[in-house]
Amino acid sequence: MDKIATRDAYGKTLLELGSQNKDIVVLDADLSKSTKTNEFAKAYPDRFFDMGISEQDMIGTAAGLATCGKIPFASSFAVFATGRAYDQVRDSICYPNLNVKIAATHAGLTVGEDGATHQALEDISLMRGLPNMTVIVPADATSATKLIKLAAEYKGPVYIRLGRPSVPVIYQDTQEFQIGKGIRLKEGRDISIIATGIMVSKAIEAADMLQKEGITAEVIDIHTIKPIDKELIIDTARRTGRVITCEEHNIYGGLGSAVCEVLSENYPARVKRIGVKDTFGESGTPDELLKKYGLTSEEIVKAAREML
Amino acid sequence: MDTKELERIANQIRIDIIEMTYEAQSGHPGGSLSAADILTVLYFKEMNVDPDNPRWEDRDRLVMSKGHATPVWYAALAEKGFIPREEIKTFRKINSRLQGHPNMNDTPGVDMTTGSLGQGLSTANGMAIAGKLNNKDYRVYAVLGDGECQEGQIWEAAMSAAHYKLDNLTAILDHNGLQIDGPNKDIMNIEPIEDKWRAFGWHTIRIDGHNIEQIIDAIEEAKTIKGKPTIIIADTIKGKGVSFMENQVGWHGTAPNKEQMEKAIAELKERGERIG
Ligand SMILES: Cc1ncc(C[n+]2csc(CCOP(=O)(O)OP(=O)(O)O)c2C)c(N)n1
Ligand SMILES: [Mg+2]
Repeated sequence: MDKIATRDAYGKTLLELGSQNKDIVVLDADLSKSTKTNEFAKAYPDRFFDMGISEQDMIGTAAGLATCGKIPFASSFAVFATGRAYDQVRDSICYPNLNVKIAATHAGLTVGEDGATHQALEDISLMRGLPNMTVIVPADATSATKLIKLAAEYKGPVYIRLGRPSVPVIYQDTQEFQIGKGIRLKEGRDISIIATGIMVSKAIEAADMLQKEGITAEVIDIHTIKPIDKELIIDTARRTGRVITCEEHNIYGGLGSAVCEVLSENYPARVKRIGVKDTFGESGTPDELLKKYGLTSEEIVKAAREML
Repeated sequence: MDTKELERIANQIRIDIIEMTYEAQSGHPGGSLSAADILTVLYFKEMNVDPDNPRWEDRDRLVMSKGHATPVWYAALAEKGFIPREEIKTFRKINSRLQGHPNMNDTPGVDMTTGSLGQGLSTANGMAIAGKLNNKDYRVYAVLGDGECQEGQIWEAAMSAAHYKLDNLTAILDHNGLQIDGPNKDIMNIEPIEDKWRAFGWHTIRIDGHNIEQIIDAIEEAKTIKGKPTIIIADTIKGKGVSFMENQVGWHGTAPNKEQMEKAIAELKERGERIG
């Protein structure tokens, strides 16, 4: 399986978007080498704005550009784009419903060695709570590319959560995506594994492992956390009656919470949430961290066995 | 439009501010009255706007970074014809287009949503950058509070505007010396404020913010400055025009009662007669 980081897909997609639409502008806050906006900066220097280390100003400037018909992509690490500039995202972008795309990289534990201050584990929760905001968490490079293009076409605020390390490519180029529509990657009868971001590939692995034990699991990619695909979530719960959610995020406020909201109001079913259990991360390699904090296919298999 | 006529309009705007805050029994009279002359000059002398086409692409833009000064903004917009006069009575009431703090999607003529202090200048920068990218010659105005200058984001934006040489941007600082908890100098000193802006790479102009001619001259001078943004530091009096509100911290966000409203309006009408 090929491995590509979703932030690399972002850098390439920006280049393509930049060549097609001159209203695309890109802002960064002194992290363009890491967020991969530097490729756009090289190709279109007049449409790239490094704002320096000032995330609040970057978000506000993006908002002002959007009022004049530009389509700004503003990038930083997820922690800073959503946390440092939360009030700016709220009042200067979401309340006036401006057409700004916040493409944040280095989300989650897989930031690795930089440790807890750099590992956003609450960004989905923060962004999901904002009216008018769409929240997208691609699972691989293919879906990142397609969803970023859809986000550029969509009119309104979008938060796109991207990662640092290379992750397995799980989708073919022919796969179609729609904002707000999840994807059933695998059908099953016994249990549903609903995942987002890098946990989708772990969910697929877990389903394969369960298959060997005679357990068939559905695997669902919820790449859009908001608006969430209620129908698909209710439908899979109806088929299997048991749901596991998996995300590289705090168990509070992210995918797990969103799925519980849908199910408890529409089709109460047992749910087990896999995610970071309300703690901060730490330094380590991405794989060590995922293992230590229980974000592995083995943990998903264990949770499934417990529920069956 | 001559100075006298502008003074007359500013006085009418002051009357509207009192009526709106009285009617709403909430809102911010102090910092609205201090900015009345500035907004009058902007809307009736300087800014190129079209009340029949509020989103006209080539218009000059205004960001009220001190978003609580909606009474003065809505009064100016009503006077200019962006909103019907009667509508100002709905200010801050349920289902009104005139929200407590400005929202661009509710009110015609409002170019940016503000209310959380410190955010407006960054958005004005974005508009100015877009103007340059699109080869438009509109200007962007941002009205700032002096207390607001305590926000860190203001200085991030100050740096960016100079870095990107936004000479199509003019900021106007309503330097009334007061904020909510007291005078700026007691709460968190901002002085020497002119030196700070200059050190950040801005052209600065200092004026009496209640002198119509000085306001006009400063805005005109700003247009001639190339390669850097301009800030007009307008020394003003919070509550200007209503004797018992002038320089009183307490009138920042308090509405007048009936008696106070009547007294204020009587004073302003008298003032209007003196203008002639
Ligand atoms: C971020 C933020 N913090 C606090 C407030 C509450 N607030 C509203 S007005 C104000 C004082 C503003 O003082 P100044 O900028 O000097 O305005 P002016 O005197 O012109 O009214 C404060 C603290 C706010 N609106 N936004
Ligand atoms: Mg003040």
